[in-house]
Amino acid sequence: MISEIIGYILISIGLLFNFFGVLGLVRLPDVYNRLQAATKCVTFGTAGILAGVFVMKGYGVMGLKPIICIIFILLTAPVSAHVISRAAHRAKIKLTDETIIDKYEEDKELRK
Amino acid sequence: MREIRWQIGFILIIAFFIINFFVFDFDLKFKLMNIGLFSALFVLIRTVIGPSPADRIVAVDILGILVVGICALMAITFDQSFFIDIAMAWALQSFIATLALAKFLEGRHLDD
Amino acid sequence: MKLKTKSRIVVFILSFITYFTITQIGRFDWQELIVGVIISLITSVIAGDILIVIQRKFKISRIFYTILYIFRLFVEIFKANIHVAYLVIHPKLPIKPGIVKIKTGLKSDSGLTMLANSITLTPGTMTVDINKEKGELYIHWIDVKTSDVDKATELIGGRFEKIIKEIFE
Repeated sequence: MISEIIGYILISIGLLFNFFGVLGLVRLPDVYNRLQAATKCVTFGTAGILAGVFVMKGYGVMGLKPIICIIFILLTAPVSAHVISRAAHRAKIKLTDETIIDKYEEDKELRK
Repeated sequence: MREIRWQIGFILIIAFFIINFFVFDFDLKFKLMNIGLFSALFVLIRTVIGPSPADRIVAVDILGILVVGICALMAITFDQSFFIDIAMAWALQSFIATLALAKFLEGRHLDD
Repeated sequence: MKLKTKSRIVVFILSFITYFTITQIGRFDWQELIVGVIISLITSVIAGDILIVIQRKFKISRIFYTILYIFRLFVEIFKANIHVAYLVIHPKLPIKPGIVKIKTGLKSDSGLTMLANSITLTPGTMTVDINKEKGELYIHWIDVKTSDVDKATELIGGRFEKIIKEIFE
């Protein structure tokens, strides 16, 4: 009973942060800012939902697979964000007008 | 202009939460799943209107992580353990799809 | 024992544990277990020699630093989420984005990967590219406080670099 309540609290926190991340995906002005907000919040929120499932179900058939899922998501989500941002900058997609500094564009001749 | 848009969005989101939690008489698990599906709707908006290809790739990547959370919620809603298997397989293949799409955005071939 | 053999054994054990956790919990079956052993063997023979590339000695302090790293990473992830939620709800959207450059003293591949992943999950920063020869990282920062290289290194990388150096080097 008490584990069900803790599981529901974790799932609610996860869904709330998922919602904030997706709202950032809609509101922020360019690709890189959207990628930041969405990656951080949606990764943490989905990890929260899976942790809630683990707390509710215990060490059973459905219990240990969410743990593997959490480890996999925490390892791969930053990698995919890095890959998308690097590819977008190399495909010459513009940063927003509010941008102050772009050191990566300045050092372009030094890269191979 | 931005503040008027903020107010309209705020009213819509509050209205969604009130209708979701207080008007209909569902089980709590279905109400929680509605929030996840509402977030997926925002991601689909970004997929449709995104000005550049990179925005659409970001949205597809985020949708992949979001579906993992929704599958975990479905597993506890219907009490079936195979939804967790679907979530794990989806996490694996969505990471590989993101890598392939980013490589395509950068202008290289898949066997490069 | 040669390094490649050791790496193959580690890959075999890890892939077999993963297979066992996914398929065998709740219903035990000899046939599926034998299939798992065969598939783990094939995996470790084909692609097993790229996991471990550096010979290191075992130290007891590494375990302590790993626990400290996981704890600090969790705290930073939580702070990052609060920060993003504040930015998204605010009506005027107070952002000041830019790409800055920081220096790092790490050399190994796994150390650089973990540093880049940690920077991506901490508040307001995201790794865009790594220059491995010069030891430089390009960071997209959503709220630029300074454009100086040394100050940015202190502010962004200083939280994790010492701990990762203890773990991976």
